[in-house]
Amino acid sequence: MKRFVGFIKKEFYHIFRDRRSLFILFGMPVAQILLFGFAITNEINNVDIAVLDQAKDATSKEIINKIAASKHFSIIDIIEQESSIEAIFKKGKVKAVLQFDNNFGSNLIKYQQTTVQILIDATDPNMANTINNYITAILKNYQSDINDNVTLNYQIIPKSRMVYNAELKSVYMFVPGVMTVILMLVSAMMTSISITREKEQGTMEILLVSPLKPFQVIIGKVFPYIFLSVINALVIVLLSIFIFNVPVNGSFILLGFESVLFIITSLALGILISTISATQQTAMMISLMGLMLPTILLSGFIFPISSMPLPLQVISNIIPAKWFIIIVKGIMLKGVGIGFILKETLILVVMTMVFIGISVKKYKIRLE
Amino acid sequence: MGITLDKISKSYGKIKALSNISFNVKPGELFGLIGPDGAGKTTLFRILTTLLIPDEGVATVAGYDLVKDYKNIRNNVGYMPGKFSLYQDLTIEENLHFFATIFGTTVEENYQIIKDIYVQIEPFKHRRAGKLSGGMKQKLALSCALIHKPKVLFLDEPTTGVDPVSRKEFWEMLKRLQQTGITILVSTPYMDEAALCDRIALIQHGKILEIDSPKMIVKHYPKPLYNVKAHNMYLLINSLNHYEHKHSVYPFGEFIHYTDSRKDFNPDDLKNYLEHENLFHVEIETTTPTIEDTFMELAK
Repeated sequence: MKRFVGFIKKEFYHIFRDRRSLFILFGMPVAQILLFGFAITNEINNVDIAVLDQAKDATSKEIINKIAASKHFSIIDIIEQESSIEAIFKKGKVKAVLQFDNNFGSNLIKYQQTTVQILIDATDPNMANTINNYITAILKNYQSDINDNVTLNYQIIPKSRMVYNAELKSVYMFVPGVMTVILMLVSAMMTSISITREKEQGTMEILLVSPLKPFQVIIGKVFPYIFLSVINALVIVLLSIFIFNVPVNGSFILLGFESVLFIITSLALGILISTISATQQTAMMISLMGLMLPTILLSGFIFPISSMPLPLQVISNIIPAKWFIIIVKGIMLKGVGIGFILKETLILVVMTMVFIGISVKKYKIRLE
Repeated sequence: MGITLDKISKSYGKIKALSNISFNVKPGELFGLIGPDGAGKTTLFRILTTLLIPDEGVATVAGYDLVKDYKNIRNNVGYMPGKFSLYQDLTIEENLHFFATIFGTTVEENYQIIKDIYVQIEPFKHRRAGKLSGGMKQKLALSCALIHKPKVLFLDEPTTGVDPVSRKEFWEMLKRLQQTGITILVSTPYMDEAALCDRIALIQHGKILEIDSPKMIVKHYPKPLYNVKAHNMYLLINSLNHYEHKHSVYPFGEFIHYTDSRKDFNPDDLKNYLEHENLFHVEIETTTPTIEDTFMELAK
């Protein structure tokens, strides 16, 4: 036991004396959560658009006013002929152009229907879609305004209510994701690097020629990172609660336990990586390419799993992050108890045991 | 409590690193493994410290079998690898305490063993190991390898990259350590250090060339050896190398060590030949062979 404590003490010396790693360790979670929370967002605000109003009648003016009044758009240009539409798009000044033709208002009166052309710069397809939805919504709104005293015979009125994230804040989606990525990165990459560092420095040679048992070395290596990762998880949760007002609807303690479980899963992965890589460089590359990319792309953090092609959906099942994100979203946003995330928890437990099993089997008690 | 090796062989793929190595190190002996880089010294050390398993052969260290009792061996040996292998970001004191702890002992308990060495670096005990000079690193590494009172000490090229004064000090320390009854196996590429061992094994290309005490090894030198000197070293080597009866020609300090292939060699013949080759101040005299001469002769 004394040996073990001595070993852990040494690990903490390593961590605290490596200023740069320490900075990454604690600076990164804060930076990431702030970045994702503030900068990267799916909402649109103040999108610059232009208007080509050839009708210049009451209806078109009213619509233009409505759009100008919304906080989502600002009309920065009024153009006079159709030929300048292309030029204004090419300059990149506006994202969309609204075009009312000559007969806009008169058609409405004559035929009870009319058309308005919406041209959207779709170089960024997601944004184009969102702009389209917003403008359509404003037009629909106006339509129902002018139909106020008319009742249609048959109507289906969709009444949507967004549950668990009523305001559709993207930060709700990012917090569980960022937490997963950070924990994965810190736990897996840092442990794999710290174990391979011993190999690279030659100190592993001395540790092997000592009465320290392999599991003591491994546990001694990962223990400090469990501790640091828990602090990280706490920082992330606190930041999201106090800065972004993300609720923790479920049990805080359950969230804690699940986080520790995921940290252990990641640490086991880190150990596994260290058993197959000889240098710190290799360990880092494997962690980044082999863990970070799947964790970000295939876990459902950014891209919904249900819209992936089938092979990727199947692959996503073996990514621990996918299950942890489900768990975190469940606890934080839906406020579920352990009963609803039992399956995901068990999957993580089994994964952890498999990783540890393979690493213990692969851990070399000699140099070869 | 010594070391025994019986027909140890080891290959890395197709390269044979060690073939049929057999020797014994007696308890309390200071045994030297002498050979150039790539001779197989480090491989042999790694096998004896249970870091590698030999392809063939058996060996015991401190009475324990290499493969079966590897855990006992790990408890009872001290190992100082060729590359500096301590934690650079830990101070002298922290390194020492760490190694004491993982061997289940304390610095205070075994201070007596390392005192001699440790006092020299103790004034810098709060300095990080990465910032030490070569000689100090080596003293720290030795202290760390000794702190658990090992029965057998393995030192893989401990003096490589260390200045001559520190080298000399280091060997004096080894001699004093030996007095405490510890068995020491040390490897070195420096022939002058070989003379300080009780017995040495000359090793090259994974094979043992000769095992004996340094004194006896030089007696095995098969031919009379001559120191040759002249006004121009370069010209001298060239001329000697072109001499039809030469057996070996090696520069050795200010002299050339020369042996002749003839049994009835007369130095005057050589002197005549050299003077004929336009060399002045030619001096030829017999000399006693060194371990280096023996090594070169055996390795030929």
